Amino acid sequence: MDSFFDKLHETFIVDDRWKYLVNGLKTTLIITIFAVMIGMLLGFLVAIVRSTHDRTGRFKIMNLICKLYLTVIRGTPVMVQLLIIYYVIFASVRIDKTLVGIIAFGINSGAYVAEIVRSGIMSIDKGQYEAGASLGLNYSKTMKHIILPQAFKNVLPALANECIVLLKETSVAGYIALEDLTKGGDIIRSITYEPFLPLLAVAIIYLVIVVGLSALVGKLERRLKKSDRG
Amino acid sequence: MIEVKGLKKAFGKNEVLSGIDTVINKGEKVVVIGPSGSGKSTFLRCLNRLETPTEGSVIFEGVDITHVSEKELNKIREKMGMVFQHFYLFPHLTIRKNLTLAPVKLKLMTKEEADKRADELLKKVGLFDKADSYPDMLSGGQKQRIAIARALVMRPDVMLFDEPTSALDPEMVGEVLALMKQLAEEGMTMVVVTHEMGFAREVASRVMFIDEGVIAEEGTPEEFFGSPKSPRLKEFLSKVL
Repeated sequence: MDSFFDKLHETFIVDDRWKYLVNGLKTTLIITIFAVMIGMLLGFLVAIVRSTHDRTGRFKIMNLICKLYLTVIRGTPVMVQLLIIYYVIFASVRIDKTLVGIIAFGINSGAYVAEIVRSGIMSIDKGQYEAGASLGLNYSKTMKHIILPQAFKNVLPALANECIVLLKETSVAGYIALEDLTKGGDIIRSITYEPFLPLLAVAIIYLVIVVGLSALVGKLERRLKKSDRG
Repeated sequence: MIEVKGLKKAFGKNEVLSGIDTVINKGEKVVVIGPSGSGKSTFLRCLNRLETPTEGSVIFEGVDITHVSEKELNKIREKMGMVFQHFYLFPHLTIRKNLTLAPVKLKLMTKEEADKRADELLKKVGLFDKADSYPDMLSGGQKQRIAIARALVMRPDVMLFDEPTSALDPEMVGEVLALMKQLAEEGMTMVVVTHEMGFAREVASRVMFIDEGVIAEEGTPEEFFGSPKSPRLKEFLSKVL
């Protein structure tokens, strides 16, 4: 038993090694939060372009660009995208790695958010557009005040799940030498040559956050259902 | 007020309207009846260009709506209220907000003016106590009365009704028809697509029978129901009366 506490001490306490995990967690959360924001913005824009094109035939070229974006992003692994953005696109510029992470994961998440939001928009009855039109509202006002609020409510749980997925996916950020949570644990492992405890700690931290967020999503879903029933 | 000339509408190869000509004058209550699939709903939806006619023109207050820009069309639609079979209330908004959304967002009224107008209309349709409820909490009949109030907020010159009672439970049809009758008595110009023959008889100034994409017969309710001329109409009436 003593040896376990020794190992614990050795892994986390000596040289303040726990700081690798805390700082890593900070980086992971920063990347996730800002990437979610970029992803939502991008995703909504793409979804609006795509569904407007499907319904009205407008935005032909924009729609093609969006389709290409969706195909490329959803058809390649996030890690490859991250590497390309860091080593190819930003190869000749000195740029903060965290920012690269935010951009890469944001662009990646945007594609998935776009498909979620688009399914939400497409699920709204055609009659809602007609009701808006019959009152003299133009397409963009109808979209903004009638369609999007309903679509958003319908897909809120799916969007929250996308955030959770994104949080876990950022664990590949270490490949561009970003010191996120996973990398933090890995650094401790490489110092102590003891893989079990640091990696276990990393796993537990992810798990706690994911379980916590999932519980929040569940609560949200129940609340939305309740307001549906009136 | 509304002049329809040579109106045709085809969906792909399927011609639904094959040439409709009629004039709807201010204050008229035109009830449109006909077998399902006859094109009567399509006719109504062409009047405010929810369906774009394939041929012909619809002239509303001197403007040919088949040849106006999107922007002008929206201005015209403000003057044409529409009530749908399936209500299409906005489920994410309270009843009061359902009524005030369009006038406020179109900057026709301030929020205060719109709220005041909404409250007046909610009292008129007898649902003032539901102002802060959501559509899902209402019965079908109540929803349709709200939908009528929502259209009235805009102070339309004409009201278009697309089978307003067809989706209702039988016991709720009466309350909606009573409200429509009240509107008619107040002088509202109305075009009503319906299967309610009693309403047609009682309220219509003119009854129009659309069959196979054309106006097969029309006239005052007395002529129409009393002495139908065409065999198609006789057959139709014998089935529904």
